[in-house]
Amino acid sequence: MTTHILSLPICIQDIEKFSIGDKVLLSGTIYTARDAAHKKLVDLVSNGNTLPFNLADTAIFYCGPSPTPPGKVCGAIGPTTSSRMDVYTINMIERGLRLMIGKGERSPEVVETIRAYKAVYLSCLGGISALLSQSIVSCETFLWPELGAEAVFKLVVNNMPAYVSVV
Amino acid sequence: MEVRFIDDQLIYNTVYEAIKYVTYHPDPAITSLLQKALANENDELRKDVLDSLIQNIELSPRVTIPLCQDTGTLVVFVELGNCCIIKGKPIDSIINDALIKASADLYLRASIVNDPLFNRSNINNNHPAIVHTRIVEGDKLKLKIAQKGGGAENMSRIRMMLPTCTVQDVIDFVVETVAIAGAKACPPLILGIGIGGNFEQCAMMAKEALLKPIGTISSETRYAKLEHCILSAVNSTGIGAQGMGGDLTALSVQIMHAPCHIASLPVAVNIQCHAHRHIEIEI
Repeated sequence: MTTHILSLPICIQDIEKFSIGDKVLLSGTIYTARDAAHKKLVDLVSNGNTLPFNLADTAIFYCGPSPTPPGKVCGAIGPTTSSRMDVYTINMIERGLRLMIGKGERSPEVVETIRAYKAVYLSCLGGISALLSQSIVSCETFLWPELGAEAVFKLVVNNMPAYVSVV
Repeated sequence: MEVRFIDDQLIYNTVYEAIKYVTYHPDPAITSLLQKALANENDELRKDVLDSLIQNIELSPRVTIPLCQDTGTLVVFVELGNCCIIKGKPIDSIINDALIKASADLYLRASIVNDPLFNRSNINNNHPAIVHTRIVEGDKLKLKIAQKGGGAENMSRIRMMLPTCTVQDVIDFVVETVAIAGAKACPPLILGIGIGGNFEQCAMMAKEALLKPIGTISSETRYAKLEHCILSAVNSTGIGAQGMGGDLTALSVQIMHAPCHIASLPVAVNIQCHAHRHIEIEI
């Protein structure tokens, strides 16, 4: 198992080094989005608006964190099932997204698009929130706080562990 | 037997403490099963995965961050002795009051929406719990409490099989269910299986089977053997812990069965992830 140290933004040279099953320790600024946030993000761009962050520079983490308790950097952090986001993913990749983080398999269409655009999908382990929380440097609500855990959170991560699943 | 009164405050405190406990502790058998698997694993990637799962279990209570961000739907099986009277509020209200308070105090993720289809606005306090109450003989109150995450629940299935189906057909249905779940349900899994009854009883048995302590074997030899067969079959799928391959797709298979109609053979598979958070308490 090869371990890669990856600092965002990701570049094509990084992706070319990846093989399925490699471990990645990810550092940089990433954004969470689950089902409801994906719907709103795609609605935004479909209506001709620009996204408030550059998809190519960051990663989308399929995650709904628990609230941050006082005195802590973040609450419980972990991936949700990626396949629920498959209906939105191709659109996001076409608009520049190159790095996705979640858990579980992707649809054949998404896998094909990831490969065609030289993007990468990383799997994060599910059910290890306490451990993952140790790699979070900061966590703030970024868009649509009314969505609660389904809002878009801006996370700064340091050596967050994940595994190459589709490349 | 004399009538016994139980104060609602005692139940409230017990449920509150139970939620607090399961938020940071899985079934006690999980750690030892994962450690055993780790000791037998040679693949570097799978060792890394198992080691992370074990580290998380050790870390969670220490840093008071939940085992999993999805603290789920609270499911409670209540067995109320027929000689017990609860003073004060009804049992569902007591459980929901404790759940609302625990969700706020422990900063649990709000995971329950108001309406499934027309208005998916978050209720913001995780109620209502799903409570199943049964009256049993005696003067005790038994509570089986679980935090059930959405990912694994989504991959659960029920099938009204033909009464002429064979044991192998049942095994195949379970294996197919686990294969469809893949890595989405966060393996290594615990499988609660209901066989027989009718549509809703079968699903209820599958859930209740999950809430038996890991290691509980069916008291009927044929079903105990079937549990063993299904575990072997599921662990031969090659899905493995977190979908990373290998032979650790499930940690335990637990079956409950009941009489059923001559026309029916219902089979329900309730899938649980490795963060198997449940506890049984008697008051």
